[in-house]
Amino acid sequence: MIRLSEIHKTYPARRGSPAHVALRGINLDVAAGEIVGVIGRSGAGKSTLIRCINLLEVPTSGAVIVNGVDVTALSKRDLPLFRRQLGMVFQHFNLLSSRTVYDNIALPLELAGASKADIAAAVDPLLPLVGLEDKRDRYPAELSGGQKQRVGIARALSSNPKVVLCDEVTSALDPETTRQILSLLRDINKRLGLTMVVITHEMAVVKQLCDRVAVMDGGQIVEEGSVDAIFSDPKHATTQSLLADEFLDFRPAHPVSNPVEGA
Amino acid sequence: MFATLAPILFQATLETLYMVAAALVIGTSFGLPLGVFLATSGRGELFESLIFQKTIGPIVNATRSVPFIILAVAIIPFTRMVVGTSIGTSAAIVPLTVAAIPFIARIIEGAVREVDGGLVEAAQAMGARPMQVVTKVLLPEALPGIIHGLTLTAVTLIGYSAMVGAVGAGGLGDLGIRYGYQRFRPDVMGAVVITLIVLVQMVQTSGDLLARKADKRNI
Ligand SMILES: Nc1ncnc2c1ncn2[C@@H]1O[C@H](COP(=O)(O)OP(=O)(O)OP(=O)(O)O)[C@@H](O)[C@H]1O
Ligand SMILES: [Mg+2]
Repeated sequence: MIRLSEIHKTYPARRGSPAHVALRGINLDVAAGEIVGVIGRSGAGKSTLIRCINLLEVPTSGAVIVNGVDVTALSKRDLPLFRRQLGMVFQHFNLLSSRTVYDNIALPLELAGASKADIAAAVDPLLPLVGLEDKRDRYPAELSGGQKQRVGIARALSSNPKVVLCDEVTSALDPETTRQILSLLRDINKRLGLTMVVITHEMAVVKQLCDRVAVMDGGQIVEEGSVDAIFSDPKHATTQSLLADEFLDFRPAHPVSNPVEGA
Repeated sequence: MFATLAPILFQATLETLYMVAAALVIGTSFGLPLGVFLATSGRGELFESLIFQKTIGPIVNATRSVPFIILAVAIIPFTRMVVGTSIGTSAAIVPLTVAAIPFIARIIEGAVREVDGGLVEAAQAMGARPMQVVTKVLLPEALPGIIHGLTLTAVTLIGYSAMVGAVGAGGLGDLGIRYGYQRFRPDVMGAVVITLIVLVQMVQTSGDLLARKADKRNI
């Protein structure tokens, strides 16, 4: 479904800050219907990676293949059409404060020029799916963080995408709300057969939501595998330290000989 | 006495309202796109155009730094070209509009820049084309700020319109100068001042009300 091949991304130098290499040769395959997690510490390049998939960031080199098409070659005119096939959910929700819940969810369809009737047909069933039937005509300012993220998820689904990209979607939420949002995402993945790429810095999110996981450090994927395999036998020091942070009883079965400093 | 003053005052108020409304409407139709473009033409932004930033920005600033009364006199040839005369209420609309355009452009620019960049990005991720980002995200989200700014513009224009009144454009300023000052009628002067105060109050209050209605960020 998605194939990233040899993606490099360098942010050019700006006044006062030198050029920064954020991605150094990323290769990642995501099969249809799969939930792949990308985990790493702050600054590892996770957001840059996911933003390369819908070309919010243009890779410096490498190919982004979605559904067999190299989307880095798309023209300015075709890019919006491609993006409409992907949904994206954000850490800080990014809802329009001037629109009601319903109108926020309708926005992707409006942008695509859908008729009022088609919009209603798409949005109405999404409200109960994300548990917001009673908030239809409320504004984001009247919602809790968890409810806002449900709107964000419904909005990402409204144009009926095949792929949903999630960048730290639970990082602004408390643990109980996080669990609810993760199980909602899991449920949606099963029901709609969606492919998902999930960025996080928490192993608990990977454990609850993902089928596979890629661990990032310094702009590279340092370890990749099924969630079970990574949890039972983490090989890389970064993976081990991420696990040790959250699961206090974690002890690596095969300690690496040269752990990164501070790990 | 009031009976003779009332119709003159009413007539002058209408002229002032006409000048201000016309300058506001024409000024917005030029100032709004200009302001949006000023806010979105920077490096890496929606309509990146560094030439525009480097040329129009300074022109806008230059126009804004000329005192209005100087501007009104300086562009008399242009005014004549547009309306055929440089005196009268309609002629006054030209300098008022010329002053309003950069004022409104900067206000719109500021309001649009206030919009969270995350929203622009979200819209682009949904497949919004650049113009859709403007019409569906930037303008609706900036609306409360835009209404505040246009209210401020209207109040400023009421003040400016009294100044062009002094150079023969009609309206409340003209009335105040010709009757109140030159014919020494303090009653007329008083009535003009009170009418101006009431006008400004009404504009400010309704602007605030509209802006609050449009603002859904604190409900
Ligand atoms: N627009 C940009 N211009 C310049 N440098 C950037 C830009 N965006 C990100 N970077 C840099 O690239 C690196 C990777 O950033 P990225 O946002 O991908 O990290 P991340 O893994 O998502 O981190 P976090 O967990 O904090 O969100 C960082 O060092 C960051 O400073
Ligand atoms: Mg990030």
